[in-house]
Amino acid sequence: MAADALIKTTPVTNDIAVDLVGVNKWYGDFHVLRDVNLTVKRGEKIVICGPSGSGKSTTIRCINRLEEYQKGRIVVDGIELTNDLKRIDEIRRDVGMVFQHFNLFPHLTVLENLTLAPIWVRKTPQKDAEEIAMHYLKRVKIPEQANKYPGQLSGGQQQRVAIARSLCMAPKIMMFDEPTSALDPEMVKEVLDTMVQLAHDGMTMLCVTHEMGFARQVADRVVFMDRGEVVEINTPEAFFTNPQHERTRLFLGQILH
Amino acid sequence: MSDAASTAFVRTQEARSLPAPLTVRGAPAWLKENLFSTPMSGLLTLGSILLILWIVPDIVRYLFIDAVWSAPDGAACRAPGTGACWAYVARKFSFFMYGSYPRDEVWRVDLTLVLGAALVVWLLVPRIPRKALGSLLFFVVYPVVAFVLLRGVAGVLPVVETNLWGGVFVSLLVATVGIVVSLPLGIVLALGRRSKLPFVKFVCVVFIEFVRGVPLITVLFMANTMLPLFVPQQWTPDRLLRPLIGISLFAAAYMAETVRGGLQAMPKGQFEGAMALGLGYWQMMRLIILPQALTTVIPGIVNSFISLFKDTTLVAIVGIFDFLRAVDTARLDPVWAGPTISTTGYVFAAIFYWVFCFTMSRYSQMLERKLSAGRRR
Repeated sequence: MAADALIKTTPVTNDIAVDLVGVNKWYGDFHVLRDVNLTVKRGEKIVICGPSGSGKSTTIRCINRLEEYQKGRIVVDGIELTNDLKRIDEIRRDVGMVFQHFNLFPHLTVLENLTLAPIWVRKTPQKDAEEIAMHYLKRVKIPEQANKYPGQLSGGQQQRVAIARSLCMAPKIMMFDEPTSALDPEMVKEVLDTMVQLAHDGMTMLCVTHEMGFARQVADRVVFMDRGEVVEINTPEAFFTNPQHERTRLFLGQILH
Repeated sequence: MSDAASTAFVRTQEARSLPAPLTVRGAPAWLKENLFSTPMSGLLTLGSILLILWIVPDIVRYLFIDAVWSAPDGAACRAPGTGACWAYVARKFSFFMYGSYPRDEVWRVDLTLVLGAALVVWLLVPRIPRKALGSLLFFVVYPVVAFVLLRGVAGVLPVVETNLWGGVFVSLLVATVGIVVSLPLGIVLALGRRSKLPFVKFVCVVFIEFVRGVPLITVLFMANTMLPLFVPQQWTPDRLLRPLIGISLFAAAYMAETVRGGLQAMPKGQFEGAMALGLGYWQMMRLIILPQALTTVIPGIVNSFISLFKDTTLVAIVGIFDFLRAVDTARLDPVWAGPTISTTGYVFAAIFYWVFCFTMSRYSQMLERKLSAGRRR
């Protein structure tokens, strides 16, 4: 399985959601991403882990072009990422992203946060957008907060709003950038539960997270990154019980006591 | 008795809520809290009271008790010991308001001012609905109506050339145009200065730094003498239009820096959150970034408006007959000549400017409170 993932499937076939081929990125002289290759199939759940500064966040941020990269190729849902702004926006519409610090819009109510992009980007009529928004608020179990401002919610509730906000755009792929790292411990579970539910619904997911329980439970493959390169890709079973690379073993030894 | 009996406690009767003692409520508590909290604060309070007792009675006497409220000419005001000559202000009031605008036509100015005030109230009072329609009327329809009314159109309304315009209405006109033009232009310049496109950025930086680097008087002189050189003779801008352009561009450069401050203060996550949802640059700016950035810098924006409002007095330098110039001219009238006339005129001008600036300041504070309610904890 690990070997499969590293072999490059060149032609864009319909069952590939995201394809990163030899992606390299530099900050000045610092080589932050070194030849990153990763192919994500439709419906697949990928968990990316690694020590801080290993380039895992940077990798997924390249996929929706929040970061530029200098070398390599990224194809998302059959669309190749280029400098063309139209294409970038097209990809961003189909790729939902959940951030560590939620990034909700504090000047808008929860409902307005959810309907904004459908109305302005997808041109959905306001009434339909609100219906969709309420549907997803119910799914993340906070429909009663619709008319509050984000600042009035707890961290866990804000993160669930952020997930619902992404889902309102009906994305084909969801990316999570350390979604539980900024939360108080008692709120981690409610967010993870939402993500597990999403995984069960068949969403293609890329999660940067340190929640190893979550990785075991839902991931199809776990990607371990260190110093800007992909060190090991494996099934969660193999990854946790029988890590192949020395650096993986070292990392797991540090985080699993 | 066991140990448990002495450390454990179970309430059997609910504690009653008692009235607060005088040390925390009522006038004595307020006085102590606000005026005499420390010995130093007490000294300052006493000092301030003495200062007020020393100054205020004289001011009240000058402005009200000894003031001359009505008189046919300056004779009554020339009497020794009299205070402010309000009779003079009353007599010159229409000159202060309209300058040399033909007296038979001043209803046009009044109508313009009333319409403008009504629209401004519509836009600024949060409770009044349909702001979009209000903005359309104020920003698109009103300028045309105001132009037709104030200047006139041959055949419909007699044309009144701008060299007859003057007084309060010219001051308000310059300030309003300056404010209405400088805010949007300032926003565009601020965005341009942060642009990734090198040419756009270059142009904005050069404009802002150039304008901020020269005094307003210089800008007004340049607008007055240089603008006509850039356009064909028959298109030479009107003598009032030139300082309007000058003052708007000047204010826009300052506004740009104020707005840029607000943009810098925006967390990166707001941009990323908006971009990740697929919003384009202009949508992101209009819906997410600017509403928050502008709210943060309301104090700075209103500060610019207030200084712009007072800077309008400088247009007198290029021959525009604004309110202060009208006051300054009226005091030379020999009929009213007297020792208190100049002071009265200037006090009147000070009150006028203060009322407008203070209103802006209070309004901005109300707006800040309203916009921050319900948001960030």
